[in-house]
Amino acid sequence: MEHNNINLILKVWKQKNAESRGSFETFEVNDISTEMSFLEMFDVLNERLIAEGKEPIAFDHDCREGICGMCSMYINGRPHGPWHGTTTCQLHMRAFKDGDTIVVEPWRAKAFPVIKDLIVDRTAFDRIIQAGGYISVNTGVTIDGNAIPVEKENADKAFAAAACIGCGACVAACKNSSALLFVSAKVAHLALLPQGAPERKERALNMVAQMDKEGFGACTNTGACEAVCPKEISIENIARLNKEYALAGFSSDK
Amino acid sequence: MLTSPVGKKWVMALTGLFLITFLMVHVGLNACIWADDGGIMFNAAAHFMGSMVVIRIIEIGLILGFVIHIIQGLVLEFQNRRKRGVAYKMSLGSRGSKWYSRSMGLLGTILLLFLILHWVHFWIPNRSHQGWLLGEELNLYQEMKVTFQQEWVVIVYVIGCISLAWHLLHGFQSAFRTIGVSNKRYLALLNAIGTGFSIIIPLAFAMMPVSFYLGWIK
Ligand code: HEM
Ligand code: SF4
Ligand code: FES
Repeated sequence: MEHNNINLILKVWKQKNAESRGSFETFEVNDISTEMSFLEMFDVLNERLIAEGKEPIAFDHDCREGICGMCSMYINGRPHGPWHGTTTCQLHMRAFKDGDTIVVEPWRAKAFPVIKDLIVDRTAFDRIIQAGGYISVNTGVTIDGNAIPVEKENADKAFAAAACIGCGACVAACKNSSALLFVSAKVAHLALLPQGAPERKERALNMVAQMDKEGFGACTNTGACEAVCPKEISIENIARLNKEYALAGFSSDK
Repeated sequence: MLTSPVGKKWVMALTGLFLITFLMVHVGLNACIWADDGGIMFNAAAHFMGSMVVIRIIEIGLILGFVIHIIQGLVLEFQNRRKRGVAYKMSLGSRGSKWYSRSMGLLGTILLLFLILHWVHFWIPNRSHQGWLLGEELNLYQEMKVTFQQEWVVIVYVIGCISLAWHLLHGFQSAFRTIGVSNKRYLALLNAIGTGFSIIIPLAFAMMPVSFYLGWIK
């Protein structure tokens, strides 16, 4: 593979705290290896800023292996940057050319308020999960994996839906700032499995109600979410949720 | 339940699908103008529709369908727009979606402007001349012939039909997703049918004023 170092100009959103207004600041970064990840490039810049006695740029990250969903950044107009099916930590600098200008913004949605610089508050997703994205079981020893038979087709679909990492890219890209791809992934995942059956109706109703309460928009099936999702969650799940919701609404006992 | 984000989708989809069935009836009836018999067949069909009780009752449903779809559509558009807050400096995130799927509010509004003109041209005069209000049923065919001599009217009608085509290109398959069709093969089939429908029906509608204007039918 080709090794080379590139120089870049970054236009990064800087915002002191949730109350302040924020604006773009320009940084030059030089000698960036194309084998670095996008976050490592930020590490290099932050090391330098710290050495210069300036405040580093605040950004979210945790696993740096594409599974935690923390690294939210809107890079050159796209959630997680130009690559398909990738989180920011898995985006590598070979995606850019020497001399490129890169615009980096936080997720923009009223339900995801900026805390500082590129970090947004994604706890709205936690509250949506708390509203029904779980199954109630007695804890104890691990149950044998094959104790409850699951149809292969359903197991595969549930597994694909369960891949959602709650990153919020779907909200960031959606013109309606709707979180329905996220909600539908959770609802479909559990609706496809027998373990999800007891709380099935309440789950669909309560998670959608919580999404509304948090201030996310309503889905109009544009499909922008599916195209930017790092885990390639299918909007098929939204159709599944729509059906779940209607059935639950008509037959719920509450 | 109907006021939740998913409930609103259902309302849009059910009223949208109802309007689609109406379009099929409407285009079928109007196609009678191409019998080119001086409007005998078309006027007979229009009279039949206008005088049958069942149809008049369904029409009330149709008016409701339009009103609910339009109000809900516009409310949804404006509510959704307010959810972003600060705008992106660079925004290509929706590039994975089709432009017309993101423009349902705009396309619908153009459609609405056309519809208002359309109702003023035909529906309102026609209904008010039927029976008690102004007496004497109108010769609708004659009305069309006169109306469609005006160039600007023909242009507005064609623009209305083009918006309808884009609106349906997204709306047709979207409505089925909304009512819960998640099977990939059925969705592909519905997509194909929807594309055909969205091209053929608006094209047929657009050809009506054009046919009169160009004197293809007398
Ligand atoms: C004959 C006329 C019309 C037909 C057949 C029609 C049909 C449809 C259909 C099938 C949908 C998709 C619903 C879904 O995604 O579940 C839709 C969506 C929409 N329509 Fe219409 N429509 C018509 C007129 C209008 C008008 C006059 C407006 C006026 C503003 C409008 C505004 C909208 C909007 C904003 C949406 C997007 C909402 C969404 O996808 O949930 N439509 N329409
Ligand atoms: S559906 Fe995809 S884009 Fe949305 S939160 Fe889950 S992983 Fe992220
Ligand atoms: S840091 Fe965990 S997914 Fe990127």
